[in-house]
Amino acid sequence: MPESRSAAQPLLTVEHLRKVYESSTGSVEAIGDISFQMNAGELVVIVGPSGCGKTTLLKCIAGLLRPTSGVVELEGKRVTGPPPNMALVFQEYGRSLYPWLTVRGNVDLPLKHKKLSRAERDRLIDDALVAVGLDHAAKSYPWQLSGGMQQRVAIARAVAYEPEVLIMDEPFAAVDAQTRADLEDLVRTLHRERGMSILFVTHDIDESVYLGERVVVLSKSPTWVQEDLSIDLPAERDQLVTRALPRFTELRTHVYEQIQRAKRGEAVRPGATAA
Amino acid sequence: MTLYTSTVVTPRKPSRVWAKIGENTAYALGLPILLLVIWGIWSSISPAPFFPSPLVIAEAFVETWIGPAFVNDVLPSLGRLAISIVLAVVLGIAAGTVIGLVRWLRELLEPIFEFFRAVPPPVLIPIVAVLVGANDTMKVVVMVTGAIWPVLLNTIEGVRSTDSVMTETAQSFAITRSERLRFLVLPAASPRIMTGVRQCLSIALILMVISEMFFSSSGLGYQIVFFQRNYLIAQMWSGIVLLGLIGVLLAVIFGFVERRVLRWYHGVKEVERA
Repeated sequence: MPESRSAAQPLLTVEHLRKVYESSTGSVEAIGDISFQMNAGELVVIVGPSGCGKTTLLKCIAGLLRPTSGVVELEGKRVTGPPPNMALVFQEYGRSLYPWLTVRGNVDLPLKHKKLSRAERDRLIDDALVAVGLDHAAKSYPWQLSGGMQQRVAIARAVAYEPEVLIMDEPFAAVDAQTRADLEDLVRTLHRERGMSILFVTHDIDESVYLGERVVVLSKSPTWVQEDLSIDLPAERDQLVTRALPRFTELRTHVYEQIQRAKRGEAVRPGATAA
Repeated sequence: MTLYTSTVVTPRKPSRVWAKIGENTAYALGLPILLLVIWGIWSSISPAPFFPSPLVIAEAFVETWIGPAFVNDVLPSLGRLAISIVLAVVLGIAAGTVIGLVRWLRELLEPIFEFFRAVPPPVLIPIVAVLVGANDTMKVVVMVTGAIWPVLLNTIEGVRSTDSVMTETAQSFAITRSERLRFLVLPAASPRIMTGVRQCLSIALILMVISEMFFSSSGLGYQIVFFQRNYLIAQMWSGIVLLGLIGVLLAVIFGFVERRVLRWYHGVKEVERA
C-alpha cells in the first residue's frame, strides 16, 4: 500500500510530450504538446474527443511507445521502457487476458518474477479476486465469463501486482451500461479503500466527471491539454445520488462544452501560433 | 448484483452421452464394414488374383505380422518413425520459435525455406545414404527432412502472429523473456503448431515406407515391396492394411494430445460459435 509521500514530488510527470508518427504517406502529429502532473493517491481522468491520441498518450506513459520528444517521469525516474511499478488495464479485455490460463493463472502470471513466496502470492491473488468480487471464479477460464467479468479479472491482475500507478485505457468502452456502472463503482472503491493512484482514460464525459478527482480535457489532434479541471464533488460517490447533484450536471455540461470546443478546434493552444 | 452469468459448461445427461458415442461409432465403422462386405462378395463372385478376398488377407495378416516379423520389421520401423516424429516436432518448434521471434532471421531464411520445402525428400535418399551410410540414421534423416516443414513453417507463422495486445500486456507487466515464451508465445502459437504436427505425422509415415524401399533388408516398407516383387499378393495387401492401421493409431494419439493441449482453444471456439 502506498505510504504518504512528500507533496514536493509528483507521482507522474508528463512534460512537453510530443508524438509524431512517421509513415510512407507522410508524418502525422498525433500529440502536439502535453504536460500534466499527477500526485500519489489521485484518480485522474483523461477525456478528449475521439481520435485525439488518448491511447498514444497512454502508451507513451506506459513506456510501450517512445515519444518523439518530451519526458515522462514516474517517481522522478524517466520512463524509457515499461516501468515495473505500473499496471495497465486495456480496453480489449478479450485480448489482454490469456485464454490458456485460468482466472487465477492470469492474475498470478505477473507476480511470478516478483520474488514472493508462494503463500504471499496466493494471499495477493485471493485478496485481489475478492476485491473485484470474483473469488468464486478463480478456476474458470476467462472465455467462460461475461465481458464485464473478464474486465474484472484484468483489474484483479493489476490490483494483485500492487503497482504505484494503475493506468486504464477506456476499460469499460466495450461492456454494457449496467455492468459499466458496477465497474465504475469498483474503480472508485479501489481508489478509496486501497488508496490506489489511477490514471483513467475515457471518451465518456459522464464517466470522467463521475470517477475523477481531476479531469484533464484534451484538445483534438495534435493534442495538448485544453483544461485541467478539479472535480469538487463529494468523495463518496453514488450512481444515483451523485449523478443527480446540480454540481454534477454543471461539471458535466462544462466538460461537454470543452469537448465540443475541442472538436471544432476553437480553443487556442496557449503560447502557440495557430497550427 | 449478479456476477456469475453462467456460460459455464453444463455436463450432458449420461444417457445422451452414450447415445452420442454409439452414434459416432456407428458412423465411424459403418462404411468400412459395408465396403468390406461388398469386397468380400465381389471377390467370391469373380475372383481376381490381385484382389484376394478380405478373409484371405486377414489370414495373411495374422500369418505375416503376428510373430517374428513384428519384432524384426514392424517394431524397428515404428521406432524409427517415432524418433523421426519427435525430432521433427522438437526441432521444428525450437527453430520455428527462434525464427518467428527474430525478424531479420525470418526475412533471411524464408526464401531458402521455400526452395528446400519444394524438394521432395525421397530424391535425397541416395545423397543422404552416401553422407551418413545406408543405415537407420539415413532413414531418420530422410523422414525428418520431409516432416519438419509443416511444423517449422506453422510455428514461425504462429509465433509471428502473437496478438499485439497480449504482447503489450506482457511488456507492461515486465514479464521476463523466458516467462513470455512459456506463457504467451508458445501457447498462443499452439493451434498453428498442432496443425503442423498433424501434417507432419502423415508425411513421416509416407517417408517411413519410402526410406525402407532403398538400401534396406528389413522394415515394413521393405517387406511390402518384397511381397510385391514375389507375387505374394495377400501378404502385400496385409502390409498395406497394417500401414493404414498405423495411420489410424497415429491419428488417435494425436487427437488425444490435441484435445489436452488445445482444450482452451476449442473452448474459446465453442463460445464464439454460441
